[in-house]
Amino acid sequence: MRVAEAWRVALDALRANRLRSALTMLGVIIGVASVVLLVAIGTGTKQKVEQQVEGLGSNLLLVVPGRIEVGNAPVVSPLTLKDVDAVTRVVGDPDRVAVTVASGATARAGARSDFTTVQGVLETTPAVFTRSLARGRYLTGTDVDTSRRVAVLGDSVARALFPDRDPLGQQVALAGVRFRVIGVFAPLGQSLGVDRDDEVHVPVTAAQRLWGTQRVDGIAVKAPDRERIDELGERIVAELNRRHPDTEFSAVTQQQILGVLGDILGVLTGVLAAIAGISLLVGGVGVSNIMLVSVRERTREIGLRKAVGARPRDIGVQFLLEAVLLTTIGGLTGMALGVGTALLVDALSPIPAAITWWSLALAFGVSAVVGIVFGVVPAQRAGRLDPVVALRTE
Amino acid sequence: MTEPAVADSRGDRPAGERVPAIEAVDVSRTYQLDGVSVEALRGVSLTVQPGDYVALVGPSGSGKSTLMHLLGGLDRPTGGRLVIGGRDVNALAPPEMATLRNETIGFVFQAFHLLPRTSAVENVALPLVYRGVSARQRRERAAAMLGRVGLGHRLDHRPNQMSGGEQQRVAIARALVTEPTVLLADEPTGNLDSVTGAALLELLEQLNAESGVALVMVTHDQEVAARAHRRITMRDGVVVADSAASAHPPSAGTADLPAHDRPPSVDHGRPATLVSAPSAEPRSASGSGPGHPSGGSGGAAGATGRLPHDVERPGGTP
Ligand SMILES: Nc1ncnc2c1ncn2[C@@H]1O[C@H](COP(=O)(O)OP(=O)(O)O)[C@@H](O)[C@H]1O
Ligand SMILES: [Mg+2]
Repeated sequence: MRVAEAWRVALDALRANRLRSALTMLGVIIGVASVVLLVAIGTGTKQKVEQQVEGLGSNLLLVVPGRIEVGNAPVVSPLTLKDVDAVTRVVGDPDRVAVTVASGATARAGARSDFTTVQGVLETTPAVFTRSLARGRYLTGTDVDTSRRVAVLGDSVARALFPDRDPLGQQVALAGVRFRVIGVFAPLGQSLGVDRDDEVHVPVTAAQRLWGTQRVDGIAVKAPDRERIDELGERIVAELNRRHPDTEFSAVTQQQILGVLGDILGVLTGVLAAIAGISLLVGGVGVSNIMLVSVRERTREIGLRKAVGARPRDIGVQFLLEAVLLTTIGGLTGMALGVGTALLVDALSPIPAAITWWSLALAFGVSAVVGIVFGVVPAQRAGRLDPVVALRTE
Repeated sequence: MTEPAVADSRGDRPAGERVPAIEAVDVSRTYQLDGVSVEALRGVSLTVQPGDYVALVGPSGSGKSTLMHLLGGLDRPTGGRLVIGGRDVNALAPPEMATLRNETIGFVFQAFHLLPRTSAVENVALPLVYRGVSARQRRERAAAMLGRVGLGHRLDHRPNQMSGGEQQRVAIARALVTEPTVLLADEPTGNLDSVTGAALLELLEQLNAESGVALVMVTHDQEVAARAHRRITMRDGVVVADSAASAHPPSAGTADLPAHDRPPSVDHGRPATLVSAPSAEPRSASGSGPGHPSGGSGGAAGATGRLPHDVERPGGTP
């Protein structure tokens, strides 16, 4: 039998059993669609996180107590503003050093309130991290030195508290203490479902007084150039270790953060793909199952075909092609469905999704291979059927 | 067994003698069922010549279907020698058996065995698919064949849109579209009412006469058996009688046919040969030829068919 003919026969058989073919394909469709979709979400998330980390500003060095590792609990910081001065001496340029002491607090303006994150910072923050203002001005050195109760609002906070008023010059109560609004940040949007505009910056000195603490949670340093960034980190960590022999400190660069995040998200994408792959495998088992049923149901047809001259191979090829057609048609449909869903998710939800060619190729290849692997046994069984027995079957 | 069977089965034949379409020598078939052996056939020998019309009768379970399957190359004997179209089936691998069936045998089953959801013309064309005939040619030949069985106007109808008689006609067209040498019909009218069955038998006899295809038919109808040129009776896996029907009147269809429609090889007078199985009755009459209208109708090949030595031919040489 010619190959073209065999394809036609296989296609006819699928068409003759439309509903069953569709149901069989469903397993493969879902499997392939979920591979494509989950890999797209994993890839999209990774890309977005990388963008955001890079968007923090270049040559950034983050100094925190404890060790930066997956699964490590945050350590209560022993750092104070005296340590920040020491670090500034190591760096040699106060404009390159930023700090944060953060805590959740309720912000209130008139009858409205919003639970947000209050960050105590230095006036250097916009220069060290890349942040820009939509309105007003940022904190000044004087604001910090004099613990002035002034605040710069994130976009969300400004909208929540002053939906119909200009927030500049207005009063907000942070944890019950009144601050004056001097500026509003340009919006940053969301990342990983977290609203990055939900924060309020106040002078670090005012924040410490607000919470009755001397603590500083972390220090960020913008290194003068990329080459000496690691060396600078080591010097800062050495200085802090000298001052706090009991605590371990870490200085990490963006590259290291990207590396760690990349690894985590890579593993995540892999796990998602593997889970989806399992559903594809289950779809394959379904194909095998249906093909075996199909062979049993069409035993008489097989007997008849053999009686009129079909060789075992002709029958085997016919059933194998049927299985491969089932899975590849299912695979293509699943790809379309997966791509469509990924695009929708990306457009309509905060979850990012990016289609990658390798996931499409992989999903399609796997579904074709699944068809062959799971089609072989039923096909062989069909090919070996004894025509006499087959024709006798009721 | 590596020796080509063809030479073997023809070698001892005198020049000019016809090659039998099927030759079975002491053929047996034993089924193994749950450790129990069932001897469905116990030493059957017979020869089917091109153009024969043989009725196979016998009680249910006597081995008729088993014999038909063997004669058609659907099954293999567990003992003895079986030569189909000059080829010893013991020497053939399954794919070669399939090709042999495709080229030399046409089957008609009691249960029709048409592919459902498939048009009549495609059902008829099915054997040609396995011959690598192009789609256009397949359709042409299948349509022509359907015309010959009186269904030229129903090419694209499906089996479920047809009566039983029509379905069996489609099955006959399918069996003959490859121009086989032997048409094996196992109770072809078993699922039909008597009127439809009679018409179908007429068609089979007409095709046998027209195209020279040998017709071997299992039947329970004594009248039908009497019309055949030769009747083989089976019981308990052996042939107990093999007779040419005493006087078979020309079948209605045959008489009307123009002479040029008959291929030269047609020779209905030619009796099939029987080599007695151990328990078989003595051979009965051979040579049923006289009286048949087409007997010796100018066919060169048929001329030597009635030589006495052909009636009894020793079984296969090793
Ligand atoms: N596949 C099989 N397995 C076991 N026994 C079988 C099989 N086919 C036929 N037989 C037995 O062989 C004998 C002959 O059967 P069969 O050729 O069908 O007879 P008939 O066609 O004359 O009715 C019966 O006894 C039947 O039970
Ligand atoms: Mg039977």
